[in-house]
Amino acid sequence: MFLLNAKLVGTATILAISLTAGSAFAQDDYENQLKARKGQFNLLALNVGVLGGMARGNVDYDAALAQAAAENIVAIAAINQMPLWPEGSDEMSIDDTRAKPEIWDNFSDFASKWAAVGTAAEGLPAAVGSGAEGIGPALGPLGGTCKDCHDTYRAPRN
Amino acid sequence: MHAGNKLVVAVIFFAAAALFTWQLMRPAPQEPGRFNDIGGDPVAGEAVFWAAGCASCHKAPGAEGEDALVLTGGQRLETPFGTFVVPNISTDPDAGIGRWNLEMFADAVTLGVSPRGEHYYPAFPYTSYALMTDTDVADLFAYMTTLPASKAENGVHELKFPYTFRPGLGLWKRVNGDPRFQGPKGTPEVERGRYLAEALAHCAECHTPRDFMGRLEKDVWMAGAPNPTGTGRIPNITPGTLRWTRGDIAYYLETGFTPDFDSAGGHMASVITNMQKLTAEDREAIAAYLMQLPSLP
Repeated sequence: MFLLNAKLVGTATILAISLTAGSAFAQDDYENQLKARKGQFNLLALNVGVLGGMARGNVDYDAALAQAAAENIVAIAAINQMPLWPEGSDEMSIDDTRAKPEIWDNFSDFASKWAAVGTAAEGLPAAVGSGAEGIGPALGPLGGTCKDCHDTYRAPRN
Repeated sequence: MHAGNKLVVAVIFFAAAALFTWQLMRPAPQEPGRFNDIGGDPVAGEAVFWAAGCASCHKAPGAEGEDALVLTGGQRLETPFGTFVVPNISTDPDAGIGRWNLEMFADAVTLGVSPRGEHYYPAFPYTSYALMTDTDVADLFAYMTTLPASKAENGVHELKFPYTFRPGLGLWKRVNGDPRFQGPKGTPEVERGRYLAEALAHCAECHTPRDFMGRLEKDVWMAGAPNPTGTGRIPNITPGTLRWTRGDIAYYLETGFTPDFDSAGGHMASVITNMQKLTAEDREAIAAYLMQLPSLP
């Protein structure tokens, strides 16, 4: 009797584990896409931070570093976003993202908001080369493009 | 006592109780003549408009730039009490508030009472605006009369029972208590920041948690709360937890960039759009005010 029970429990456990594992495989958690998305935004923040620090006077102006950061921002903004945002990789469907499902209701608007980052970044390399005072006014419109997209498509932190 | 007499007493008692309750629920307008000597300056009113964040909720969903000045309504605020559909407050005489006078506007903005004598739901932050000076109310009204008209019809709120019963808001207003400033007194700059943050920008409406009746929990002022209109949390912005410098806060309100150069998200992105239109001194004042708040975990 005891043996039978143990066997039953064992079978049930194996069944339960395989079912759980099965469902885990069935639902994509988009781990790689999230890593790529966060990576590009961290890279963007780091480079904007280099310029912002100089604009605020928190760090000394360094022409070569400012130039490098500005060119990096242009390059990051040129990354095509299509592969990074598969449908279903939103905050309602998976953990660890603040991407609102509204992105996929209007993906062309989302894409044009990213394109606006590129447009705002275009003038940066020329603007940051001649001193800290040129950085702030050039950075303002770029910050505006971050905000325009976040306003509609980014949820608060959990 | 005779049974018939008892019945009469009971009827009188319940009638009196009902009348008393009805009185408690009745909307009370401004005292007449309060705004008789105040002109209203539309130029000064524009600054009040941005500080008070009117467009963030009353613009059309997703409207940007000049379009955000058409206060057509239509945004849906999904809250634990149900979904509020933001009304049209543009200058259209029929669909908007084009026929209102300053007294009606002041009743709405500072008391939450409509021209028809109904209570507004406190999703409209009149409990904060109640602290507004009469001059700012008049200036704001003068500015809003210069904005474009929209013919968009108002949507209908989709609320849960018992919140559908508007007269109940009269009781809610009573238990919510009289408006008063929460942050500490301080230098003129700190008090200017307190006025901007508490009376106009209504920061606490999202950054302070609410009790089961929807009242702000004033003993945990600005200590962060569940997002009132969606997922996630609105952060604690008391100095010990936020750990930003005063300069960090002012820069964030100007640019949307955090000290790590992350960029504001969600409704705060819209708030930054408003804060960018304030003077640098006013943003500094808000920062000074926040730095003076008691630190809460």
